[in-house]
Amino acid sequence: MSFDGSVILAALPAILSGLTVTLGIWVAATVLGIALGFVVAALRHFGPRPLGLSLRLVVEVLRGTPFLIQIFLLYFGGPFVGISLDPVPAGLLGLSVYAAAYFSEIFRAGFAAVPRGHVEAAQCVGLSQAQIVRRILIPEMTMLVLPQCVNMAVILVKETAVLSIIAVPEATAVISALGSQQYAFVESLFLLAIIYWGLVEACGRAGSALETRLSKFRFA
Amino acid sequence: MTAQLFELMLKAAGYTVVISAASIAIGLVIGILVCAAKLSPRPWLRWPASLFVSFFRGVPLLVQLLLIYNLLPAIGLTVPSIVAALIGLSLCTAAYQAENLRGGFQSVPRGLLEAADMAGLSPWQQFSRIRAPIALRLTVPALVNEAILILKASSLISVVGVIELTRTAQNLAASTYEPLLFYSVAGGLYLAINWLVAAGGSLTERALRRGRLA
Repeated sequence: MSFDGSVILAALPAILSGLTVTLGIWVAATVLGIALGFVVAALRHFGPRPLGLSLRLVVEVLRGTPFLIQIFLLYFGGPFVGISLDPVPAGLLGLSVYAAAYFSEIFRAGFAAVPRGHVEAAQCVGLSQAQIVRRILIPEMTMLVLPQCVNMAVILVKETAVLSIIAVPEATAVISALGSQQYAFVESLFLLAIIYWGLVEACGRAGSALETRLSKFRFA
Repeated sequence: MTAQLFELMLKAAGYTVVISAASIAIGLVIGILVCAAKLSPRPWLRWPASLFVSFFRGVPLLVQLLLIYNLLPAIGLTVPSIVAALIGLSLCTAAYQAENLRGGFQSVPRGLLEAADMAGLSPWQQFSRIRAPIALRLTVPALVNEAILILKASSLISVVGVIELTRTAQNLAASTYEPLLFYSVAGGLYLAINWLVAAGGSLTERALRRGRLA
Protein backbone atom coordinates (compact mmCIF):
# COMPACT_ATOMS: atom_id res chain seq x y z
CA MET A 1 0.00 0.00 0.00
CA SER A 2 1.36 3.37 -0.96
CA PHE A 3 0.36 6.51 0.82
CA ASP A 4 -0.02 9.42 -1.60
CA GLY A 5 -0.34 12.77 0.17
CA SER A 6 -0.42 14.91 -2.97
CA VAL A 7 -3.92 13.62 -3.74
CA ILE A 8 -5.15 15.23 -0.57
CA LEU A 9 -3.41 18.57 -1.21
CA ALA A 10 -4.86 18.89 -4.72
CA ALA A 11 -8.35 18.31 -3.42
CA LEU A 12 -8.19 20.71 -0.50
CA PRO A 13 -10.98 23.04 -1.70
CA ALA A 14 -13.40 20.13 -2.12
CA ILE A 15 -12.46 18.79 1.31
CA LEU A 16 -13.02 22.18 2.91
CA SER A 17 -16.46 22.53 1.32
CA GLY A 18 -17.41 19.07 2.62
CA LEU A 19 -16.19 20.04 6.08
CA THR A 20 -18.22 23.24 5.99
CA VAL A 21 -21.37 21.28 5.21
CA THR A 22 -20.62 18.80 8.02
CA LEU A 23 -20.02 21.58 10.53
CA GLY A 24 -23.04 23.57 9.36
CA ILE A 25 -25.43 20.64 9.60
CA TRP A 26 -23.95 19.56 12.91
CA VAL A 27 -24.30 22.96 14.57
CA ALA A 28 -27.76 23.61 13.10
CA ALA A 29 -29.06 20.16 14.05
CA THR A 30 -27.65 20.47 17.57
CA VAL A 31 -29.24 23.89 18.11
CA LEU A 32 -32.57 22.85 16.57
CA GLY A 33 -32.48 19.54 18.45
CA ILE A 34 -31.91 21.29 21.78
CA ALA A 35 -34.72 23.79 21.12
CA LEU A 36 -37.22 21.19 19.94
CA GLY A 37 -36.11 18.72 22.61
CA PHE A 38 -36.67 21.35 25.29
CA VAL A 39 -40.17 22.08 24.01
CA VAL A 40 -40.99 18.36 23.96
CA ALA A 41 -39.63 17.86 27.48
CA ALA A 42 -41.56 20.90 28.75
CA LEU A 43 -44.80 19.70 27.10
CA ARG A 44 -44.32 16.28 28.63
CA HIS A 45 -43.67 17.83 32.03
CA PHE A 46 -46.35 20.53 32.08
CA GLY A 47 -48.73 19.64 29.22
CA PRO A 48 -51.96 17.61 29.34
CA ARG A 49 -51.57 13.87 29.86
CA PRO A 50 -52.70 12.59 26.43
CA LEU A 51 -50.23 14.94 24.73
CA GLY A 52 -47.45 13.76 27.03
CA LEU A 53 -48.21 10.14 26.28
CA SER A 54 -48.25 10.62 22.52
CA LEU A 55 -44.97 12.57 22.66
CA ARG A 56 -43.50 9.77 24.72
CA LEU A 57 -44.50 7.29 22.02
CA VAL A 58 -42.86 9.40 19.30
CA VAL A 59 -39.68 9.75 21.36
CA GLU A 60 -39.57 5.99 22.03
CA VAL A 61 -39.94 5.21 18.32
CA LEU A 62 -37.22 7.69 17.36
CA ARG A 63 -34.86 6.30 20.01
CA GLY A 64 -35.62 2.67 19.20
CA THR A 65 -35.01 2.73 15.45
CA PRO A 66 -31.77 3.27 13.51
CA PHE A 67 -31.14 6.81 12.26
CA LEU A 68 -30.50 5.37 8.79
CA ILE A 69 -34.06 3.95 8.63
CA GLN A 70 -35.49 7.30 9.76
CA ILE A 71 -33.58 9.19 7.11
CA PHE A 72 -34.60 6.67 4.41
CA LEU A 73 -38.24 7.05 5.45
CA LEU A 74 -38.00 10.82 5.25
CA TYR A 75 -35.99 11.04 2.05
CA PHE A 76 -37.41 8.16 -0.01
CA GLY A 77 -40.81 7.80 1.65
CA GLY A 78 -41.45 11.53 2.14
CA PRO A 79 -42.38 12.25 -1.51
CA PHE A 80 -45.24 9.71 -1.23
CA VAL A 81 -46.89 11.83 1.47
CA GLY A 82 -46.08 15.18 -0.12
CA ILE A 83 -42.74 15.92 1.59
CA SER A 84 -40.22 16.23 -1.23
CA LEU A 85 -36.96 17.51 0.17
CA ASP A 86 -33.47 17.87 -1.28
CA PRO A 87 -30.72 15.93 0.48
CA VAL A 88 -29.45 18.84 2.61
CA PRO A 89 -32.82 19.95 4.06
CA ALA A 90 -33.89 16.32 4.45
CA GLY A 91 -30.66 15.56 6.30
CA LEU A 92 -30.96 18.62 8.49
CA LEU A 93 -34.61 17.94 9.33
CA GLY A 94 -33.98 14.24 9.97
CA LEU A 95 -30.96 14.83 12.18
CA SER A 96 -32.69 17.62 14.13
CA VAL A 97 -35.75 15.48 14.88
CA TYR A 98 -33.53 12.55 15.84
CA ALA A 99 -31.48 14.83 18.10
CA ALA A 100 -34.62 16.34 19.62
CA ALA A 101 -35.79 12.91 20.78
CA TYR A 102 -32.56 12.30 22.68
CA PHE A 103 -32.28 15.86 24.02
CA SER A 104 -35.88 15.72 25.26
CA GLU A 105 -35.01 12.68 27.37
CA ILE A 106 -31.96 14.47 28.77
CA PHE A 107 -34.07 17.53 29.68
CA ARG A 108 -36.84 15.37 31.14
CA ALA A 109 -34.35 13.77 33.50
CA GLY A 110 -32.97 17.24 34.21
CA PHE A 111 -36.41 18.62 35.17
CA ALA A 112 -36.95 15.63 37.42
CA ALA A 113 -33.57 16.12 39.10
CA VAL A 114 -34.19 19.72 40.21
CA PRO A 115 -34.99 19.43 43.93
CA ARG A 116 -38.72 19.79 44.58
CA GLY A 117 -38.01 22.02 47.54
CA HIS A 118 -36.57 24.70 45.26
CA VAL A 119 -39.74 24.74 43.17
CA GLU A 120 -41.95 24.76 46.26
CA ALA A 121 -39.94 27.60 47.75
CA ALA A 122 -40.39 29.56 44.52
CA GLN A 123 -44.15 28.90 44.61
CA CYS A 124 -44.29 30.07 48.23
CA VAL A 125 -42.64 33.39 47.47
CA GLY A 126 -45.26 33.84 44.74
CA LEU A 127 -43.35 33.25 41.52
CA SER A 128 -45.55 32.44 38.53
CA GLN A 129 -45.20 29.16 36.61
CA ALA A 130 -43.30 30.97 33.83
CA GLN A 131 -40.98 32.64 36.34
CA ILE A 132 -40.29 29.32 38.03
CA VAL A 133 -39.32 27.80 34.68
CA ARG A 134 -37.15 30.75 33.69
CA ARG A 135 -35.51 31.52 37.04
CA ILE A 136 -35.36 28.17 38.81
CA LEU A 137 -35.82 25.16 36.54
CA ILE A 138 -33.76 26.24 33.52
CA PRO A 139 -30.69 27.58 35.39
CA GLU A 140 -30.52 24.64 37.79
CA MET A 141 -31.21 22.11 35.04
CA THR A 142 -28.58 23.54 32.71
CA MET A 143 -25.74 22.51 34.99
CA LEU A 144 -27.22 19.07 35.50
CA VAL A 145 -27.69 18.29 31.81
CA LEU A 146 -24.54 19.90 30.41
CA PRO A 147 -22.36 16.75 30.38
CA GLN A 148 -25.05 14.70 28.62
CA CYS A 149 -25.67 17.50 26.11
CA VAL A 150 -21.97 17.59 25.22
CA ASN A 151 -22.04 13.82 24.88
CA MET A 152 -25.05 14.07 22.57
CA ALA A 153 -23.36 16.75 20.48
CA VAL A 154 -20.42 14.35 20.02
CA ILE A 155 -22.81 11.58 18.94
CA LEU A 156 -24.38 14.00 16.45
CA VAL A 157 -21.04 14.88 14.77
CA LYS A 158 -20.65 11.19 14.11
CA GLU A 159 -24.24 10.78 12.90
CA THR A 160 -23.70 13.47 10.23
CA ALA A 161 -21.53 10.90 8.41
CA VAL A 162 -24.65 8.79 7.84
CA LEU A 163 -26.11 11.62 5.73
CA SER A 164 -23.55 10.80 3.02
CA ILE A 165 -25.79 7.80 2.21
CA ILE A 166 -28.57 10.10 0.96
CA ALA A 167 -25.99 12.15 -1.00
CA VAL A 168 -25.65 15.15 1.33
CA PRO A 169 -22.33 16.69 0.17
CA GLU A 170 -20.70 16.56 3.63
CA ALA A 171 -17.19 15.44 4.54
CA THR A 172 -17.72 11.68 4.29
CA ALA A 173 -19.46 11.90 0.90
CA VAL A 174 -16.95 14.37 -0.56
CA ILE A 175 -13.83 12.68 0.72
CA SER A 176 -14.82 9.13 -0.12
CA ALA A 177 -15.92 10.24 -3.62
CA LEU A 178 -12.49 11.81 -3.97
CA GLY A 179 -10.95 8.52 -2.94
CA SER A 180 -12.74 6.60 -5.64
CA GLN A 181 -11.95 9.16 -8.37
CA GLN A 182 -8.25 9.19 -7.51
CA TYR A 183 -8.17 5.53 -6.56
CA ALA A 184 -6.83 6.57 -3.16
CA PHE A 185 -9.57 5.13 -0.96
CA VAL A 186 -7.46 4.19 2.03
CA GLU A 187 -5.62 7.55 2.17
CA SER A 188 -8.82 9.57 1.99
CA LEU A 189 -10.64 7.42 4.53
CA PHE A 190 -7.73 7.75 6.95
CA LEU A 191 -7.85 11.51 6.51
CA LEU A 192 -11.59 11.43 7.12
CA ALA A 193 -11.17 9.34 10.28
CA ILE A 194 -8.55 11.76 11.61
CA ILE A 195 -10.81 14.75 10.89
CA TYR A 196 -13.74 13.25 12.82
CA TRP A 197 -11.45 12.10 15.61
CA GLY A 198 -10.11 15.63 15.97
CA LEU A 199 -13.61 17.13 15.93
CA VAL A 200 -14.87 14.71 18.58
CA GLU A 201 -11.84 15.23 20.83
CA ALA A 202 -12.11 19.02 20.46
CA CYS A 203 -15.82 18.93 21.26
CA GLY A 204 -15.19 16.77 24.33
CA ARG A 205 -12.44 19.09 25.59
CA ALA A 206 -14.53 22.19 24.96
CA GLY A 207 -17.36 20.55 26.89
CA SER A 208 -15.16 19.82 29.90
CA ALA A 209 -13.78 23.36 29.84
CA LEU A 210 -17.31 24.76 29.75
CA GLU A 211 -18.33 22.55 32.67
CA THR A 212 -15.39 23.79 34.72
CA ARG A 213 -16.18 27.42 33.91
CA LEU A 214 -19.84 27.05 34.75
CA SER A 215 -19.26 24.91 37.83
CA LYS A 216 -19.49 27.98 40.08
CA PHE A 217 -23.20 28.06 39.22
CA ARG A 218 -23.68 24.57 40.52
CA PHE A 219 -26.12 24.49 43.37
CA ALA A 220 -25.69 20.91 44.49
CA MET B 1 -47.10 -6.64 1.44
CA THR B 2 -47.45 -10.35 0.87
CA ALA B 3 -46.74 -12.92 3.55
CA GLN B 4 -43.76 -14.06 1.52
CA LEU B 5 -42.11 -10.63 1.58
CA PHE B 6 -42.82 -10.26 5.27
CA GLU B 7 -41.11 -13.59 5.87
CA LEU B 8 -38.11 -12.26 3.96
CA MET B 9 -38.02 -9.23 6.25
CA LEU B 10 -38.30 -11.44 9.34
CA LYS B 11 -35.38 -13.57 8.18
CA ALA B 12 -33.34 -10.44 7.54
CA ALA B 13 -34.22 -9.24 11.06
CA GLY B 14 -32.95 -12.58 12.37
CA TYR B 15 -29.71 -12.03 10.50
CA THR B 16 -29.39 -8.55 12.03
CA VAL B 17 -29.86 -10.08 15.49
CA VAL B 18 -27.23 -12.78 14.84
CA ILE B 19 -24.66 -10.29 13.54
CA SER B 20 -25.28 -7.89 16.43
CA ALA B 21 -25.07 -10.67 19.01
CA ALA B 22 -21.82 -11.93 17.50
CA SER B 23 -20.35 -8.42 17.52
CA ILE B 24 -21.38 -7.87 21.13
CA ALA B 25 -19.80 -11.17 22.17
CA ILE B 26 -16.54 -10.59 20.26
CA GLY B 27 -16.55 -6.98 21.43
CA LEU B 28 -16.95 -8.10 25.06
CA VAL B 29 -13.86 -10.33 24.80
CA ILE B 30 -11.78 -7.57 23.19
CA GLY B 31 -13.29 -5.05 25.58
CA ILE B 32 -12.18 -7.09 28.61
CA LEU B 33 -8.62 -7.20 27.24
CA VAL B 34 -8.62 -3.47 26.47
CA CYS B 35 -10.07 -2.67 29.89
CA ALA B 36 -7.40 -4.79 31.57
CA ALA B 37 -4.74 -2.96 29.57
CA LYS B 38 -6.23 0.42 30.50
CA LEU B 39 -6.25 -0.43 34.21
CA SER B 40 -2.72 -1.84 34.03
CA PRO B 41 0.09 -0.06 35.90
CA ARG B 42 2.36 -0.45 32.83
CA PRO B 43 2.26 2.64 30.59
CA TRP B 44 3.15 0.66 27.43
CA LEU B 45 -0.13 -1.25 27.89
CA ARG B 46 -2.17 1.73 29.00
CA TRP B 47 -1.26 4.03 26.13
CA PRO B 48 -2.26 1.82 23.19
CA ALA B 49 -5.47 0.88 25.00
CA SER B 50 -6.38 4.55 25.50
CA LEU B 51 -5.59 5.28 21.85
CA PHE B 52 -7.78 2.35 20.77
CA VAL B 53 -10.71 3.53 22.87
CA SER B 54 -10.35 7.14 21.79
CA PHE B 55 -10.11 6.25 18.09
CA PHE B 56 -13.01 3.83 17.91
CA ARG B 57 -15.23 6.11 19.97
CA GLY B 58 -14.18 9.23 18.10
CA VAL B 59 -14.68 8.12 14.50
CA PRO B 60 -18.14 7.52 13.00
CA LEU B 61 -18.91 3.82 12.63
CA LEU B 62 -19.67 4.38 8.95
CA VAL B 63 -16.14 5.70 8.37
CA GLN B 64 -14.67 2.81 10.37
CA LEU B 65 -16.61 0.33 8.26
CA LEU B 66 -15.58 1.94 4.97
CA LEU B 67 -11.98 2.07 6.18
CA ILE B 68 -11.85 -1.60 7.18
CA TYR B 69 -13.75 -2.64 4.06
CA ASN B 70 -11.20 -0.88 1.83
CA LEU B 71 -8.12 -1.40 3.97
CA LEU B 72 -8.29 -5.19 4.07
CA PRO B 73 -8.00 -5.68 0.27
CA ALA B 74 -5.31 -2.96 0.15
CA ILE B 75 -3.10 -5.00 2.47
CA GLY B 76 -3.82 -8.15 0.50
CA LEU B 77 -6.68 -9.68 2.52
CA THR B 78 -9.73 -10.40 0.43
CA VAL B 79 -12.59 -11.22 2.76
CA PRO B 80 -16.36 -11.24 2.27
CA SER B 81 -18.11 -8.04 3.29
CA ILE B 82 -19.76 -9.74 6.29
CA VAL B 83 -16.29 -10.32 7.79
CA ALA B 84 -15.31 -6.68 7.34
CA ALA B 85 -18.64 -5.67 8.87
CA LEU B 86 -18.16 -7.97 11.86
CA ILE B 87 -14.64 -6.67 12.46
CA GLY B 88 -15.87 -3.07 12.31
CA LEU B 89 -18.85 -3.60 14.62
CA SER B 90 -16.82 -5.68 17.08
CA LEU B 91 -13.95 -3.20 17.36
CA CYS B 92 -16.34 -0.28 17.78
CA THR B 93 -18.39 -1.93 20.50
CA ALA B 94 -15.19 -3.22 22.15
CA ALA B 95 -14.08 0.36 22.73
CA TYR B 96 -17.40 1.28 24.37
CA GLN B 97 -17.57 -1.93 26.40
CA ALA B 98 -14.01 -1.44 27.64
CA GLU B 99 -15.04 1.94 29.04
CA ASN B 100 -18.21 0.47 30.59
CA LEU B 101 -16.19 -2.27 32.25
CA ARG B 102 -13.64 0.23 33.52
CA GLY B 103 -16.49 2.20 35.07
CA GLY B 104 -17.74 -1.01 36.69
CA PHE B 105 -14.35 -1.90 38.14
CA GLN B 106 -13.84 1.59 39.47
CA SER B 107 -17.23 1.57 41.20
CA VAL B 108 -16.49 -1.53 43.28
CA PRO B 109 -16.65 -0.18 46.85
CA ARG B 110 -13.16 0.13 48.34
CA GLY B 111 -14.40 -1.13 51.68
CA LEU B 112 -15.19 -4.54 50.19
CA LEU B 113 -11.65 -4.88 48.86
CA GLU B 114 -10.17 -3.80 52.19
CA ALA B 115 -12.37 -6.33 53.97
CA ALA B 116 -11.24 -9.05 51.55
CA ASP B 117 -7.65 -8.05 52.20
CA MET B 118 -8.18 -8.22 55.96
CA ALA B 119 -9.82 -11.62 55.62
CA GLY B 120 -6.61 -12.85 54.04
CA LEU B 121 -7.78 -13.34 50.45
CA SER B 122 -4.95 -13.45 47.92
CA PRO B 123 -4.92 -10.81 45.17
CA TRP B 124 -6.23 -13.39 42.68
CA GLN B 125 -9.00 -14.44 45.07
CA GLN B 126 -9.90 -10.80 45.62
CA PHE B 127 -10.17 -10.36 41.88
CA SER B 128 -12.08 -13.52 41.04
CA ARG B 129 -14.42 -13.55 44.05
CA ILE B 130 -14.98 -9.86 44.79
CA ARG B 131 -13.89 -7.41 42.13
CA ALA B 132 -14.85 -9.22 38.92
CA PRO B 133 -18.31 -10.46 39.97
CA ILE B 134 -19.32 -7.08 41.38
CA ALA B 135 -17.89 -5.12 38.46
CA LEU B 136 -19.64 -7.36 35.93
CA ARG B 137 -22.93 -7.01 37.78
CA LEU B 138 -22.56 -3.23 37.78
CA THR B 139 -21.89 -3.36 34.01
CA VAL B 140 -25.05 -5.26 33.05
CA PRO B 141 -27.26 -2.19 32.44
CA ALA B 142 -24.55 -0.61 30.27
CA LEU B 143 -24.16 -3.88 28.37
CA VAL B 144 -27.89 -4.01 27.59
CA ASN B 145 -27.73 -0.40 26.45
CA GLU B 146 -24.74 -1.19 24.26
CA ALA B 147 -26.57 -4.16 22.72
CA ILE B 148 -29.41 -1.85 21.71
CA LEU B 149 -26.97 0.69 20.28
CA ILE B 150 -25.24 -2.01 18.23
CA LEU B 151 -28.55 -3.39 16.96
CA LYS B 152 -29.34 0.07 15.61
CA ALA B 153 -25.81 0.74 14.40
CA SER B 154 -25.75 -2.58 12.53
CA SER B 155 -28.04 -0.92 9.96
CA LEU B 156 -24.89 0.80 8.67
CA ILE B 157 -23.31 -2.45 7.51
CA SER B 158 -25.87 -2.38 4.69
CA VAL B 159 -23.54 0.19 3.13
CA VAL B 160 -20.71 -2.31 2.71
CA GLY B 161 -23.13 -4.75 1.09
CA VAL B 162 -24.28 -7.04 3.90
CA ILE B 163 -27.88 -8.10 3.21
CA GLU B 164 -29.32 -7.53 6.69
CA LEU B 165 -32.59 -5.92 7.69
CA THR B 166 -31.91 -2.41 6.37
CA ARG B 167 -30.46 -3.63 3.09
CA THR B 168 -33.39 -6.02 2.58
CA ALA B 169 -35.84 -3.18 3.18
CA GLN B 170 -33.87 -1.06 0.72
CA ASN B 171 -33.96 -3.77 -1.95
CA LEU B 172 -37.66 -4.41 -1.49
CA ALA B 173 -38.46 -0.67 -1.40
CA ALA B 174 -36.63 -0.21 -4.69
CA SER B 175 -38.16 -3.19 -6.47
CA THR B 176 -41.76 -2.65 -5.31
CA TYR B 177 -41.55 1.14 -5.32
CA GLU B 178 -43.08 1.21 -1.82
CA PRO B 179 -40.43 2.81 0.43
CA LEU B 180 -42.90 3.98 3.07
CA LEU B 181 -44.18 0.48 3.67
CA PHE B 182 -40.87 -1.36 3.76
CA TYR B 183 -38.91 1.19 5.80
CA SER B 184 -41.80 1.39 8.28
CA VAL B 185 -41.85 -2.38 8.64
CA ALA B 186 -38.07 -2.43 9.07
CA GLY B 187 -38.34 0.32 11.71
CA GLY B 188 -41.08 -1.64 13.48
CA LEU B 189 -38.92 -4.76 13.52
CA TYR B 190 -35.94 -2.86 14.97
CA LEU B 191 -38.25 -1.37 17.60
CA ALA B 192 -39.65 -4.80 18.51
CA ILE B 193 -36.16 -6.33 18.81
CA ASN B 194 -34.95 -3.45 20.97
CA TRP B 195 -37.97 -3.68 23.26
CA LEU B 196 -37.34 -7.41 23.69
CA VAL B 197 -33.67 -6.77 24.51
CA ALA B 198 -34.59 -4.02 26.97
CA ALA B 199 -37.19 -6.26 28.63
CA GLY B 200 -34.67 -9.11 28.85
CA GLY B 201 -32.19 -6.68 30.34
CA SER B 202 -34.50 -5.54 33.12
CA LEU B 203 -35.39 -9.15 33.95
CA THR B 204 -31.67 -9.98 34.23
CA GLU B 205 -31.04 -6.94 36.38
CA ARG B 206 -33.89 -7.89 38.70
CA ALA B 207 -32.62 -11.47 38.95
CA LEU B 208 -29.13 -10.22 39.76
CA ARG B 209 -30.46 -7.87 42.41
CA ARG B 210 -32.39 -10.69 44.06
CA GLY B 211 -29.26 -12.80 44.22
CA ARG B 212 -27.23 -9.97 45.70
CA LEU B 213 -25.35 -10.85 48.84
CA ALA B 214 -24.85 -7.53 50.55
